[in-house]
Amino acid sequence: MSTVEVKNFVKKYKETEAVKGINFSIEEGEIFGLIGPNGAGKTTALRTLATLLQVTEGSVKILNIDIQKNPEDVRKFISYLPEDAGAYKNLSGRQYLQFIANFFSEVKPKPLVEKGVQIANLGNRIDDKIDTYSKGMKRRLLIGRALMIQPKLAILDEPTSGLDVRNAQEIRSIIKTNASMGTTFLISSHNMLEVEFLCDRIALIAEGLIVEEGKPKDLKEKYNAENIEEVFMKVVS
Amino acid sequence: MSALGNILRKEIKELLTPATILPIVLITVIFGAIGSTMGGIDDEVHKKPIIGLINEDNSSYSSIVTNVFYTHADVVFNGTSSSEKQEGIKTVKDHKGTALLTIPSNFSSNLLEQQKAYINIYWIIEGTGIFDSFPSASVETLLQYAEYNISTYMIKAANASSNATLILSPVRETQTTEIKGHEYVGISPGEITALLATQSTTTPIVMMMIIIISGGMVISSMALEKENKTLETLLTLPVSRGSIVTGKIAASAIVGLLLALIYMVGIGYYMASFTFEDPSGASSFSLSLTPLDLTLVGISLFITLVAGLSLCMLLGTMAKNYKSAQTLTAPITMLAIFPMLLTMFTDFNTLPTALQVIVFAIPFSHPMMAPKALIFGEYWLVIAGIIYVTIFAVVVILLIIWVFKTDRLITGSNISHKFFKHRLRR
Repeated sequence: MSTVEVKNFVKKYKETEAVKGINFSIEEGEIFGLIGPNGAGKTTALRTLATLLQVTEGSVKILNIDIQKNPEDVRKFISYLPEDAGAYKNLSGRQYLQFIANFFSEVKPKPLVEKGVQIANLGNRIDDKIDTYSKGMKRRLLIGRALMIQPKLAILDEPTSGLDVRNAQEIRSIIKTNASMGTTFLISSHNMLEVEFLCDRIALIAEGLIVEEGKPKDLKEKYNAENIEEVFMKVVS
Repeated sequence: MSALGNILRKEIKELLTPATILPIVLITVIFGAIGSTMGGIDDEVHKKPIIGLINEDNSSYSSIVTNVFYTHADVVFNGTSSSEKQEGIKTVKDHKGTALLTIPSNFSSNLLEQQKAYINIYWIIEGTGIFDSFPSASVETLLQYAEYNISTYMIKAANASSNATLILSPVRETQTTEIKGHEYVGISPGEITALLATQSTTTPIVMMMIIIISGGMVISSMALEKENKTLETLLTLPVSRGSIVTGKIAASAIVGLLLALIYMVGIGYYMASFTFEDPSGASSFSLSLTPLDLTLVGISLFITLVAGLSLCMLLGTMAKNYKSAQTLTAPITMLAIFPMLLTMFTDFNTLPTALQVIVFAIPFSHPMMAPKALIFGEYWLVIAGIIYVTIFAVVVILLIIWVFKTDRLITGSNISHKFFKHRLRR
């Protein structure tokens, strides 16, 4: 059974068709990248899989559960990190993790919080107000929040966007480690070099359509390209 | 911890910050300080005026005047000749007094010759404010009292068998006032209005403050969730939309009530400084609320708070950010102020039918109208109001949950923005 199964998925905003019938599936423990320029439909696809938006046409299943019919069941197994996500400024990092953990384990949220603290790796600053965090610290806290529950599927929209090299590398390493422990990842990015390093499989999306899909290595060979950026340019042109 | 409890706790933590508490505490302190000043003025009104007396006319008539002042004023200077005037003025000034009264030597003789008698008053006033006039007003009242006593004495002197008090005040009204089918014996319409002043002013002001404070919080809370990009995360967590909506409304209600309570301490102290009537007056005329009435007012207040906050939350879903949320609080403020003013200055029953429909349709009107309606036994109005507001709240909450389940919350509602832009242009 695939963790994610998307068939002929269409998403319309009134007259505008943001996603025009895409198909893909993601296997358990796989890191799958959705790659494309701004406005290609990546965020719409991710938001829909995260149960935030309704499916206009087609079928989207996570762990064989139809997200349109049973979104509340799906939410128990997923974690979503929006591109420019924030956290509650008046809470400390630990209080924020505690708040999220309470939804997943009403009885014993403490182990989840400890895991989140460990992933965020903010040292003593974890007890400071989030308002005082730098962008990198905030992102690490949010990654900790997303992965502390050991979700079956983690949906990360531009996980390293706006971060310096060190923070970006740390987050990539966290993602790799968690994937090896069984979490499936769906990642979107315009950083194609990052995707090439991180993802087991990728899908190139342009103007709401998946124009190519496969392993980064295979795609580079197929298009005789040095990197995924080159592959993308050749596919689109 | 349950999902609802978790949201409730987080919301209260987010809302109860120094930024939200400090302005209310400051307002409370300011109102408290004003109230304290007013309370001081109340003492001033009841304080004996400080005066000086020069009595050149040592007769029984002038004694009537001096006796009144010796009894009801603090006489700091006693003279027997107008040549002592400057000394008298200085003494009164030194004692921060109000006036030097001189009874001339012809005071009695004028009266005996059926002519007007004179009292010369030299006023010493420190300021021109209304409150500065209180001591001089007290002296004038004592002069009227002295004049009344002289009249009584003169009538008695002319005819010992006559009833001077009766001659001076021959008519007394015995009055009965009927309001809304209820008869109140021995009380005038003006006195009833004065006795109901608390119900007419305090309840509407409290309700308005709670709605504005809590409503602003709900709208801002939704706007901040969007602006800080926390809403998307919240909506992907395993918690029902109903719990999110209920948690936010309940937290704002709790914090709003708490802040309103702090606020009311100040405004209550401020308003009490204006109330000089005997508070037991209302109950002696059956113009106060019974425990059942108070329960109904409480239910009406609670249901209205839920309905009002739900309406605010619905508006909050339209807010794009904190700035736009401030604009969205305007219609709520208007909806709270309109019935408040109507309730303070008019009565629901005397309004034209069209206005009655509008007032009834505004949920905030009901707890404002409830105390007065219950005093006059109009239970149907209060109960109908509770039923209406409950239906209103349920419909609005269902509407919010529907909005939470659609794309609108994430993608924004173009209709709402177009509507508000259009309204603002007009």
